Amino acid sequence: MNDGSTRDLLLHSWRGRFGLSVLGLFLFIAAFGSLLAPDDPDASSTEVLAPPSTSHLLGTTEQGSDVLSQLLVGAQVSIVVGFAAALISAVLGSVVGLAGGYYGGWTDRILDALENWFLVIPTLPLMIVLARLLDPSLTVLIVVIGLTSWAGTGRIVRAQVLTLRERSFVERARALGASDTYIIRKHVLPNTLPLIFANTVLIIAVAILSEAALSFLGLGDPTRISWGTMLESAFSSGAPSAGAWWYVIPPGLCISLLVLAVTLIGFLFEEHINPRLREAT
Amino acid sequence: MSGRWLAGKTLAALLTLVFVIIFNFFLFRVMGDPTTQLARLPNASPEEIAKLRADYGIDKPLPSQFLDYAGDIVRLDLGISQRSREPVWEEIKDALPWTLLLVGTGTLLATLIGSWMGVIAATNRGKTTDDGLLSFSLFTYASPEYWIGIILILLFAVAIPILPAGQQVTPGIEFTSWFAEALDVAEHLILPATAMTLMLLGQYFLIMRSSMVDVLTEDFITVKRATGMRWDRVVRRHAVPNALLPLVTLSAIQFGTVVGGAITIETIFSWPGLGELSFNAINDKDFPVLQGTFLVFSAGVILANLIADILYFFLDPRVQSR
Repeated sequence: MNDGSTRDLLLHSWRGRFGLSVLGLFLFIAAFGSLLAPDDPDASSTEVLAPPSTSHLLGTTEQGSDVLSQLLVGAQVSIVVGFAAALISAVLGSVVGLAGGYYGGWTDRILDALENWFLVIPTLPLMIVLARLLDPSLTVLIVVIGLTSWAGTGRIVRAQVLTLRERSFVERARALGASDTYIIRKHVLPNTLPLIFANTVLIIAVAILSEAALSFLGLGDPTRISWGTMLESAFSSGAPSAGAWWYVIPPGLCISLLVLAVTLIGFLFEEHINPRLREAT
Repeated sequence: MSGRWLAGKTLAALLTLVFVIIFNFFLFRVMGDPTTQLARLPNASPEEIAKLRADYGIDKPLPSQFLDYAGDIVRLDLGISQRSREPVWEEIKDALPWTLLLVGTGTLLATLIGSWMGVIAATNRGKTTDDGLLSFSLFTYASPEYWIGIILILLFAVAIPILPAGQQVTPGIEFTSWFAEALDVAEHLILPATAMTLMLLGQYFLIMRSSMVDVLTEDFITVKRATGMRWDRVVRRHAVPNALLPLVTLSAIQFGTVVGGAITIETIFSWPGLGELSFNAINDKDFPVLQGTFLVFSAGVILANLIADILYFFLDPRVQSR
């Protein structure tokens, strides 16, 4: 995927340029947010729910903390959880999809049933149940989101492997006595990776939204500020009915922009792999 | 043939539900032994804990524990809420209609508005209307639904206070007729249902738009146009009905998302459904309620999927001939 066509793909449409620049900006903020923050994000003051001013560009929270500083520091959790959970999901989905599609038989039947089960079960309630039983932390969030979002990838990988298995170059390799691991590594995986990649980009978006939702419901890491926990504090402290728009709008807007950017990039990769989709947009 | 197909689908749905129950059992009985919570009580002696374990039936071997557990579920005995001391099933029974009202209204509106927007965009492909609708849908698709809900509260309950920001009826009012009460509920439904609609809209729009674009390039549309039929009539009578099919599949995939949205949106608007019940259970670590709502949510999604499958079966003749 790292050839010129990928670059063209991302740079030659407004969607690609928008997605890349917004994602780039948030990656930068996630890396250097604590240095950029004008204030200590945890510092409380008597200026409670103060509207934006020159000393607090985005106003203050119910604790009197600086909203802008919390916003800059909070980017890290979204990015880290989003990418790490998507990675777990990609590995799980690929292994299950590859094993089922390649080996067939009972392995496939059992793995396919497992996939179906995870596809049908409503994800947020499942994540809530798992996260509540374990004690909330960043690792728990990553693992819980990763464990519950791999089934779609598994399904796509399985379908691709099923068609690859019947292709002549795979049959030829098998006839020449190549081992299963060799065929998977040399023939199946390279032809499945672009698909896994495009799908994983879209999973990042889902994972970012999931982290925000779990944190909003009070299942986030209590020791870290994230956009989701900001929305939780804003909501539970009554900021909406106090009209404190400066506290409520920025975290949600950041989530939306980041998810939008990642989704647009994911859609572009998907279209690149499946040209039929390109005609539709 | 069709009878076997339906029986197979129904059996698969039942099996999925059985696995939810097994999963629940392992999660809440094996991983989270209910007495560990009580054992943290400061003055509990080992004898008291042993008695508690016997009361809960946790001293029996696992298989017989599971049979007890499954039997309770079949009898709709989902345990007692640790918070309210009420049977969990009673709480769920009271909350369920409110969730159905919210989810039903939101899904209906999102399907209608989303697919209507999709038709407009597809027939104006590449124009400003199309770009505008596409950007709007992508943005709502990427936004957390509870955040949209909070913004609706900011706009229509705080800045311009014309709508109630929470709950399902105005507290403390004696209604003179059922109609007055229904009107009051409808007024309280507007904001949460709008949030739900905006959450689901994007998906329906995107699917309908691409489905319409596909259909509009097919030969029979060109033929209809060549007969001199008016364009809006071709779209309405021939393109739209053929483009609707993917929406059925989508609505089935959406049910999981809908349930997630019910949890967060009900929380925002203090809407007394299953979502708010779950949210309170999260905060109070009320595991029997959490387990019960998870079971009902899963059963609902499984049932909805089955209905969508059956609907699809009757709508698409290609499935029937298989």
